[in-house]
Amino acid sequence: MGTVVSFDVPACAGDPAGEGTLGQAVRWLHWVDATFSPYRDDSDVSRFGAGSVPLDRCVPELAEVLKACAEVGALSQGYFTTTPGGRFDPSGYVKGWAIERAAALFTAAGSAEHSVNGGGDVQCVGDRGPGQLWRIGIAHPLRPGTLALVVTGHDFAVATSGVAERGPHIINPRTGQAATDLASVTVIGPGLTLTDAYATAAFAMGSAARDWVESLDGYEAFAITSRGSHWQTSGFLAYLA
Amino acid sequence: MRRVILAIVGTVAGLVALLSFKSHVPSVSPASAATTGGTSSSGTSGTSSSSTTTVPGEFPMGSLAGQLPAGETAVTGHVGNTVYGPVQIQLIMRDSKIVKVAVLQQPMNTLHDIQIGEFAFPKLIGETLTAQTAKIDSVSGATYTSGGYVASLQSALDQRG
Repeated sequence: MGTVVSFDVPACAGDPAGEGTLGQAVRWLHWVDATFSPYRDDSDVSRFGAGSVPLDRCVPELAEVLKACAEVGALSQGYFTTTPGGRFDPSGYVKGWAIERAAALFTAAGSAEHSVNGGGDVQCVGDRGPGQLWRIGIAHPLRPGTLALVVTGHDFAVATSGVAERGPHIINPRTGQAATDLASVTVIGPGLTLTDAYATAAFAMGSAARDWVESLDGYEAFAITSRGSHWQTSGFLAYLA
Repeated sequence: MRRVILAIVGTVAGLVALLSFKSHVPSVSPASAATTGGTSSSGTSGTSSSSTTTVPGEFPMGSLAGQLPAGETAVTGHVGNTVYGPVQIQLIMRDSKIVKVAVLQQPMNTLHDIQIGEFAFPKLIGETLTAQTAKIDSVSGATYTSGGYVASLQSALDQRG
């Protein structure tokens, strides 16, 4: 899938132990890809999705992921789904989960301030520096080369979902058609796993997403519609740079 | 405090982590900036533009590397691949600030399915934001252009220091 992951870990500057943790994080990401990629025939996700192996013959993490996906699906009235377009694909959950876990490896190694960005979804841990907030630009979906705005925060995650995030369209599970209300939606929350899943659901939900995210405690959203207008949840302004 | 961005260039299919180690020292030599992305800053543009007049909020097409005044250097981001084609951007730096952003490659079929129409910037900001004014640490985005753009901008930010 070609996701590019960037790690920003000030504490690891020039520290060989930091290289070790980085290696660990990269091995983790490779393992996630080998296990969960729907584009690899030999992944547990593909084999389970094809019915070739039962769940109890797959890694235990797959069952955990499925359980979590079911919860997000229920919370999002079915707009988050592990079968987008009819094919088994939990990537809407797995991507954020993998990045949040990668960030946690650096926390476990002793870093209190770092961020990990996987394909445009970011987990920030701690501050950026003493008294400094992380500054995350949100790419404008309709004007390539510009930012729509900048959000700041600490200990937070920023996930943006939009057209062609994983393939040409995100499908609205209710209609079976491509979701077209929004050009992109950005969700902010504490952990990237759920923040990313909620962003995926919100994009499929379209204009109804604002009220839905408003109802989620601790999560805020900002969206740019296909026609170039925008909306945000009531607590979103607190994150504006 | 020295700030570093750690990323790893991997060869595995599927997930690629980008490794670059950068210090907070602002100077970026043109040679290293030009070659880090695996491209030369003078020869990458797929389209060349005879006019590089910058309209606020717009970005010129084509490499600016050959026309930079003294004190400005070009940092070329990696090519970000999207389902509709490649995206690649170039940052023009002066004194460790981004002063301009040029688009080297973008998909030809841009936004056919989306009506641009009357575009409204978020009123709550009140100014057009560009990477130069934003001093951002990272970029979040996910449309077909911004997926590739984000990867390219992120890689340029990672190299910038």
